[in-house]
Amino acid sequence: MVDLQAKCVEVRKALLKTIGTLGVGHIGGSLSIVELLVVLYEKQMNIDPSNPKMEGRDRLIVSKGHSGPAVYAMLSTKGYFDESWLLTLNQPATNLPSHCDMNRTPGVDMTTGSLGQGFSCAMGAAKASKIRKDGATIYTIIGDGESQEGQIWEAAMFAAQQKLDNVIAFTDYNKMQIDGTIEEICGLEPLDDKWRAFGWNVIVVDDGNDVSAIDAAISSAKCSDKPSMIILNTVKGKGISFVEKEGVANHSMPISKEQMEAGLAELGGIQ
Amino acid sequence: MEMRQVLSSELEKMMTENENIVVIDADLAKPNGVMNLRKLFPERAFDVGIAEQNMASIAAGMSSYGFVPFITTFTPFATRRICDQIAISCAYAKQNVKIVGSDPGISAEFNGGTHMSMEDIGVLRSIPEVVIFEPVDAVQFKAALPALTDYHGVVYIRMFRKVIGDVFPADYKFELFKASPIQEGTDVTIFTSGIMTQETMVANETLKSEGISAEIINIHTIKPIDREAVVASAKKTGAVVTAENHNVIGGLKSAVCEVLMEECPVPLRAVGVQDQFGQVGKMDYLKEVYRMRAQDIVSAVKEVLALKK
Repeated sequence: MVDLQAKCVEVRKALLKTIGTLGVGHIGGSLSIVELLVVLYEKQMNIDPSNPKMEGRDRLIVSKGHSGPAVYAMLSTKGYFDESWLLTLNQPATNLPSHCDMNRTPGVDMTTGSLGQGFSCAMGAAKASKIRKDGATIYTIIGDGESQEGQIWEAAMFAAQQKLDNVIAFTDYNKMQIDGTIEEICGLEPLDDKWRAFGWNVIVVDDGNDVSAIDAAISSAKCSDKPSMIILNTVKGKGISFVEKEGVANHSMPISKEQMEAGLAELGGIQ
Repeated sequence: MEMRQVLSSELEKMMTENENIVVIDADLAKPNGVMNLRKLFPERAFDVGIAEQNMASIAAGMSSYGFVPFITTFTPFATRRICDQIAISCAYAKQNVKIVGSDPGISAEFNGGTHMSMEDIGVLRSIPEVVIFEPVDAVQFKAALPALTDYHGVVYIRMFRKVIGDVFPADYKFELFKASPIQEGTDVTIFTSGIMTQETMVANETLKSEGISAEIINIHTIKPIDREAVVASAKKTGAVVTAENHNVIGGLKSAVCEVLMEECPVPLRAVGVQDQFGQVGKMDYLKEVYRMRAQDIVSAVKEVLALKK
């Protein structure tokens, strides 16, 4: 049995090295979903890292595509590609661009980055899975800021209409976007009621960075006869104090070598 | 035969043979003639409601699963409204999505300016790897659909929806990405697309009676354009007219000029919408307003012939 907490530390370290080596990147919204990725890849998803395109596999579409670095850190610890790839983030001809690219990175199921679109793609994959009858679950992660895109709500209506109970979606509700807090810019509340009104099974996780709570929410969602939205109340920049402290400014921020070393030491302490 | 009937009957055939083909509509299945597919293939023909952006990205998601989705709506909503979804979910992600836009240009008639796409080809032509195809008649459309379906990638089909006279003979052979010559000639080349091909055939009668020998070539695929055919004919005749049901900025004229300026600059005149918005009206009236009649093609030919001398 994998120690999920230890795995989160391992992924955070890989993520910090990835962005810290480059010197800048989308670290805030990457750190906030580390626990979710660990639960999905270590416990919940039916996948085979040695066969990334396995038929009937569960899929994950990270619609908030700027969290690519977190996905890459997770995939490398699962053995989808060598750890050394992480240091190529955004370097010329890399297989690890800022935003997720299914044609470059083994294990990435959809190209995302233009917000709102990946969520609809996930509904397309879920519909496809229903036709194929392959029993797959389609997981997808959207941002809270991304939820301001109208396309999210078009896809939400479609999922309810088509009874896509094979969709388990997550909102990374870290309450921040580039220009300010969600509340200041264009608030989402009551977010859970919105999703319920759109015909979804809604589960709110008070601590969206708690692996046990995330795991329990996913297990519960699997029993629903509706598409599920799990709202994860997360912390942007979670787990590395100098990043977390930046708040709204940590969406994409420069990271010095010294900061990287300090962050790695801090993470090592937890372990 | 109506073009939408061709679409419907060919899709029915292809869906029977290929269980990966799906048809997705955004509340225009009835006008586009594909509603009957819902009864025949209840799982693979469905509606997303009036949500074209969602439709394009859903199609991309289904394509990622190995399906070949056709999405249908009117041309403006199939292009300018969803160009980012086409660019990113479909083209950049290298998905196999076929986009059917109906009622191009002035053929939107009484739906008027809001529904009259003069810019749809221009919008999509600047997105890498998107194939743009505009059939002339039912014969060509029927011949082309299987090849366009087999081609892996994003294909935009700019479909006139109703009945239009056949230009091509029953034994017409469609060749992917190869222009279709209609008539050989020596004085001038007329490159045509879509419904302006029928108009060119009318103009051709006048030209013939005045002793002008026009070479007529249909550019059914505006992207990738058949460079070889364009250059060879321009070299042969030394004068070119383009005729399109689209803004002359961004469409057939632009595509032809891009090739000719690099390889064989010759005098050229363009018949088409001169950077104007659409408006309500029947086709005959709109052809007159936008100078897209056979007589406008004749005038353009005379202008380039004068320049050639």
